[in-house]
Amino acid sequence: MWNLLLRKLKMGNLTEKGGNSLTQQKSSKLPSSFRQSLQARHLDCGSCNGCDWELTALGNSFYDHQHLGIDFVASPRHADVLMCTGPGSTQLLMAAHETYEAMAKPKWVVAVGDCAVDGGVFKGAYASENGIGNVLPVDVKIPGCPPKPEDIINALLEFMGKR
Amino acid sequence: MLGLREYLQNFHSCPSVEIVEWKKQEGTVDVSARDLPEILSYCLAMRPRPIWLTHVVNDERQLERGFCLYLVLHFPGLDFSLTLVAKGINNEFPTLSSIFPALNWSEREAQDLFGLQAVGHPDTRSLVLHPGWPQGFYPLRKDYKRGDEGKQFKRAPLVFPEMHGDGIFQVPVGPIHAGIIEPGHFRFYVIGEPVLHLEAQLFYTHKGIEKLVEGRSIDEGLHIIERVCGVCTLSHGLAYCEAVEKLAKVEVPRSVLLWRTILAELERVYNHIGDIGNMCAGVGFAVGNANGSQSKEKLQRLNLEFFGHRFLRGMVVPGGVKSISSSKDCQTLLNRLLEIALDFEEWLPLLLHHDGFRQRAVTTGVLKPEDAVEMGVTGPAARASGIANDWRELHAYLLYPELNVQSMVEEDGDVWSRLMVRVKETRESFRFLETLLNEGMEKSEGTNEALIPFSSHKLSPWQPAWGCVESPRGTDVVWLMVDEEAKIYRCRIRSASYANWPAVPLTVPGNIVPDFPLINKSFELCYSCCDR
Ligand code: SF4
Repeated sequence: MWNLLLRKLKMGNLTEKGGNSLTQQKSSKLPSSFRQSLQARHLDCGSCNGCDWELTALGNSFYDHQHLGIDFVASPRHADVLMCTGPGSTQLLMAAHETYEAMAKPKWVVAVGDCAVDGGVFKGAYASENGIGNVLPVDVKIPGCPPKPEDIINALLEFMGKR
Repeated sequence: MLGLREYLQNFHSCPSVEIVEWKKQEGTVDVSARDLPEILSYCLAMRPRPIWLTHVVNDERQLERGFCLYLVLHFPGLDFSLTLVAKGINNEFPTLSSIFPALNWSEREAQDLFGLQAVGHPDTRSLVLHPGWPQGFYPLRKDYKRGDEGKQFKRAPLVFPEMHGDGIFQVPVGPIHAGIIEPGHFRFYVIGEPVLHLEAQLFYTHKGIEKLVEGRSIDEGLHIIERVCGVCTLSHGLAYCEAVEKLAKVEVPRSVLLWRTILAELERVYNHIGDIGNMCAGVGFAVGNANGSQSKEKLQRLNLEFFGHRFLRGMVVPGGVKSISSSKDCQTLLNRLLEIALDFEEWLPLLLHHDGFRQRAVTTGVLKPEDAVEMGVTGPAARASGIANDWRELHAYLLYPELNVQSMVEEDGDVWSRLMVRVKETRESFRFLETLLNEGMEKSEGTNEALIPFSSHKLSPWQPAWGCVESPRGTDVVWLMVDEEAKIYRCRIRSASYANWPAVPLTVPGNIVPDFPLINKSFELCYSCCDR
């Protein structure tokens, strides 16, 4: 216990505060009740899992998405945005649709990574779409292979009008 | 080794077996598909027992060889790899799965993608292609041209065994899971809380990468192969480059070997530490998870700072590495790594001495050694079941022989053992990195040789070549054949996850459903490089 506390004191606070502000800075197309807090659901649509791991990284003590009002939820029913990674692999499309359908309105879709944006390197593969935009209505695109965690956070904050 | 060679030479004194090539470390032998079961049985009876590296089916009808089957076995101890080639297959071949269950998935995959029949295969269900694709869709045949089959795909019910009895329930889970993870469908057959049987249906992220790379240049191929798996990017890229270099008959200079070894170990530490933390997430143990992900982030930031990519993409190129760091960078990198290693030792006891965590992990999800051998399991999962099969120890490649790598083995095969294997390997990797970076500091001047353009080399066409690397999850194998224009003709990716997935369901019966996330995380397999 004491060791833990000591370690914590030595380490200080790792979380990067850059740019976080609770006040609205820019306009956003989101209704005002979503601008302070956004509940996201991750959906892997055939990614190489690089993007998935960067989404996971958002939860580590450096980025700590929760302090920005962004959280990942376990069910699409609780989600405001669907964060899709991967180009849209054919055998998963139905399930992806069902996930989207299960979300309550209003809902938004974020395409995370080059694959989700336009198919990336997997363009033209026989069991894949060229981006999740072919299947779901995409509102935000975050390019990169994979996009860095800070890119993902910035894009989400921008979407919320916080940046 | 003589035994094997003599056996093959005298095989029924029959002309169907022909030794094409027999070098110190690699041999290629043509056999007929009919004789394969007998030859494989003989090989498997040898001690130490050989391991499988890859199983490839290739459509070589254009070359008038029919469909060909390549089975690559490795004989540990001798560091000898044998490729058995069966040419001239028409539309069926006798199954090898009943002799060697490790080939079960690979043969079913050949049925799905090539439309060949593995005669006598114990499982008649499709694997890679889910029910619902149009009839006669065999995408890996050379005469297949991409049409709109994807549009025609209509999801049909998956086929699962039936189970009846009082109080038996089926619990379907997935393909989409809660949390940030990849998709796969699991069907638990439970009686009360304990699991009786588990069926896993994967391949939801199947995209058709092996077809996609066909006809591409070597560089384009590398770009795609690096994206087969996010977290084993470097291992896949390296295995691919090794195969390319074999085809070009190029020996890479020592400085390149050094940096490739450093990169491979960097990939191992960031993965292992992340996986150790992630196992804690499997039981909701937040302190362990937070520390693991924090250290992983620090390591990935080092990757970005020194090598330009958080997952080390783009660092390995055919014939070399993209860049070689200066002495000063080596020193800084080493100092930072040692800090992280110290920090690792500081937080690790939190989980190793945590009673609650121990209780969840010990005796959970046991993989029996005999199952691990039969199923061809590789990596930390195999070593946790007492099988010393670290490819860095078995095979002399990169600078590993000098580092004197020992397989880190645990005996119990449970979640705890898989954790401990990773802990020990992480410590070893930090030690290796120290040695390697010290060498890097001395030798970083005048290493332009690492950057010689590779494109001037001629690749031997229509020859099989494989590259093999011990990734954090086990042995990754890339098998490659190119045509006269040095365009990829066939590329088969057998990742560690592909080898290990079939064994995961065997470890679950007897455990309770809530233990599955923990068991799954202790294997820490990737779906993407399994599904491709
Ligand atoms: S964008 Fe890149 S990292 Fe993300 S899923 Fe695609 S290939 Fe992987």
